[in-house]
Amino acid sequence: MDVQALTFLIVGLSFALYIGIAIWSRAGSTKEFYVAGGGVPPVMNGMATAADWMSAASFISMAGIISFVGYDGSVYLMGWTGGYVLLALCIAPYLRKFGKFTVPDFIGERYYSQTARVVAVVCAIFICFTYIAGQMRGVGVVFSRFLEVDVNTGVYIGMAVVFFYAVLGGMKGITYTQVAQYCVLIFAFMVPAIFISVMMTGHVLPQIGFGSTVLDAAGNDTGVYLLQKLDGLSTQLGFNEYTEGAKSTIDVFAITAALMVGTAGLPHVIVRFFTVPKVKDARTSTGWALVFIAILYTTVPALSVFSRVNMIETINGADGQGVAHATAPSWIKNWEQTGLIKWNDKNGDGKMFYGKGKIDDSSTNEMKIDNDIIVLATPEIAGLPAWVIALVAAGGLAAALSTSAGLLLVISTSVSHDLLKKNFMPDISDKKELMFARISAAIGIVIAGYFGVNPPGFVAAVVAFAFGLAAASLFPAIIMGIFSKSMNKEGAIAGMVLGLGFTASYIIYFKFVNPAANVPANWLFGISPEGIGLIGMVINFVVATVVSKMTAAVPDDVQQMVESIRFPKGADSAHSH
Amino acid sequence: MGFENNEKALSYWRENLRLVLGLLAVWFVVSYGCGILFADVLNNIHFMGFKLGFWFAQQGSIYVFVALIFIYAFKANALDKKYNVHED
Repeated sequence: MDVQALTFLIVGLSFALYIGIAIWSRAGSTKEFYVAGGGVPPVMNGMATAADWMSAASFISMAGIISFVGYDGSVYLMGWTGGYVLLALCIAPYLRKFGKFTVPDFIGERYYSQTARVVAVVCAIFICFTYIAGQMRGVGVVFSRFLEVDVNTGVYIGMAVVFFYAVLGGMKGITYTQVAQYCVLIFAFMVPAIFISVMMTGHVLPQIGFGSTVLDAAGNDTGVYLLQKLDGLSTQLGFNEYTEGAKSTIDVFAITAALMVGTAGLPHVIVRFFTVPKVKDARTSTGWALVFIAILYTTVPALSVFSRVNMIETINGADGQGVAHATAPSWIKNWEQTGLIKWNDKNGDGKMFYGKGKIDDSSTNEMKIDNDIIVLATPEIAGLPAWVIALVAAGGLAAALSTSAGLLLVISTSVSHDLLKKNFMPDISDKKELMFARISAAIGIVIAGYFGVNPPGFVAAVVAFAFGLAAASLFPAIIMGIFSKSMNKEGAIAGMVLGLGFTASYIIYFKFVNPAANVPANWLFGISPEGIGLIGMVINFVVATVVSKMTAAVPDDVQQMVESIRFPKGADSAHSH
Repeated sequence: MGFENNEKALSYWRENLRLVLGLLAVWFVVSYGCGILFADVLNNIHFMGFKLGFWFAQQGSIYVFVALIFIYAFKANALDKKYNVHED
C-alpha cells in the first residue's frame, strides 16, 4: 500500500473510533452535556484535558518554532506547562467545590452581579473563537498535505466530524473521544522522535538523547555533545548560539508569565475540573493532565535539536559548503512541491546552502524552510516506514479536533447556560436548555468553519490576544474571588474592564494599527505585545483592590460562600442548578 | 459550616496558604529563577551535554511542575483529614 492509501486508512479508522465513542456516550441531560455528569475518573480527565490543551499548534508547529529560535522557545515550554501549577494550587479544587458549570457562573455568583457574568461571558467567547479559527485551518492543512484533498474540503470533513460528536455527546462525548485522541496523538508524536533519537545518539529517550554525544553514520560515538555541535554550527552560519537567547531577559520573563497566567485563566481548561467527582480528584487530575502534557512537551525541545542538526547537515553537507540540489534526499523535493521548502540558487552553483538571512536578500542563505516541516517531515528525514507518516497525519488531526471540540463546548455552554438560562430565559426547562446548547454548538461549528475556509490573516497575531486577555481579565477575577473575601463587585468589574482594555489596546496598537512601531525601543518596559498580559494582570489586581476599598462591602451570604469553597467537605457532584 | 469552630477554620486556611505559597516559591525559583533570571550564570555549569540554565528552561522546570502538583495533592488531602473536612 502506498503512503496515501495508508493515510486514508489510518485517518478513517481513527475517525470511526471517535464517532463510535460519541454514539456510545451521548448526553441525555444538561449536566451530562456541560460537565459529563461530574463523573469522569481523574486519570481519564487528565488525559482528556491534555488532548484538549494540545492543539494543532503544539503538535505541528511548536517543535519547528523552537528549532529556529533555540533558547527563546523556552517561553512556550515553561509558559504552557507552568500554568497548570497555578491551576492545581489556586483554582481547580476551589472551583470544583463551588460546583457549577462554567467560569462565568463563578464570576457571576461570587461577584453577585449579572454585569460581571456578562463581562466574563464575552471574554470566554472571544478567547474561544480566537483559538478555534486556527484549529479548523490546521485540520484543512493536514488534509491537504497528506491526503491531497482541497484545503476547504478538509475543513468541511473536520467540521462534520466535530459536529457529530460535540453536538451529540456534549462534554461526556468529548471527554471520552479526547481520551482516544490523546492516545493517537502521543503515539504519533513519540514514534518518530524515538526513532530519530536512537539514530542520532543511540538513546531511546529523546529527553536524554539531546543531551548526549552524537553517533556518526556508522554508529560510532564521536564524543561530541549534540548541543555543543549545534551551538558551533549555529555560530558558524551567523545565528546566535542555540542555547543562548536573542530576546531580552525581561521580555522572556514577561512572555512566560503571561502564557502561564493565561493558561490558568483559559475557560476551556478550567471547565475540565468541574467534570471530576470530588475536590480531591480535581487536585490529582491537574497533576495527571500535566504528566500527559509533559510527555510531549519534554520531547519537543529534543526533536527540535535533532531536526535542526539533521536539516543543516542535509542541506549544507558534512563539509558545510552546500549539497548539490540534484543529489538532495527525496524529502526535500517532496516538500518543495508543497511550497514549505523553497530553494533559490542565488550564486548559481547548483548547490543548496542554509544560513542566516532571507531567501531573497543579499545573504548567502538560499533556503526557506517552514516551521511546520520539523514535525511533519521527521518520519521522512529519519527514513521511517509509510505507516509512521500516516500516523503523524492522524495525530495532527487528533490534536486539532480535540481542541476544537473543547472550545466549542465552552462557546455553546456560554450561550445556552450563561446568556439564555441565567439572563434572558430563566424559566426554560432542562430539555430546552439542552436543545439550545446543541443549537449553539452547531452555530459555533459553522462560524469556526467559516474562519477555517476564509482564514483571517492575523491568526498568529491573535494568539497573543487569547492569552493576554485571559491573563488580564479572568485569572485575577477568579484568584481574588477565592483568596479575598473583601473583593466586591465594583472592584472586580473595574479590574477586569481596565486590565482587559489596557492589554487589548496595547496589542491592537502594535499588531494592527502600527505594526511598524513593533520594536523593543517602543515597548513599555521592553515588554512585547506577547508578554503584556502580565502588566494587564497587575493593573487588574491594583485597580480592583483600590476600587473595592472605596465601595460597599461584600454581602454576608457571598462571604459565607467564599468560606465554604475553601475546604472540600460537602462538595456535591456538580449540581444541576 | 464544616469546621468545629472558627479558630479551626482559620488555622486550616492558614496552613493551606502556607503550603501553597511554599510550593509556589519553588515554582518561581525553578522556572523564572533557574530558567530565566539566572540562566546565564547556570549556563557555566554543565550537566551531561546540557548547559544547566538551558536544561532548566527546556526540561527541568517541567519535571518540577509535575512533582509540585502531586506533592500539593498529597499534602492538601492530608490537611483535609487532619481537620476532618475531607469528602466522604
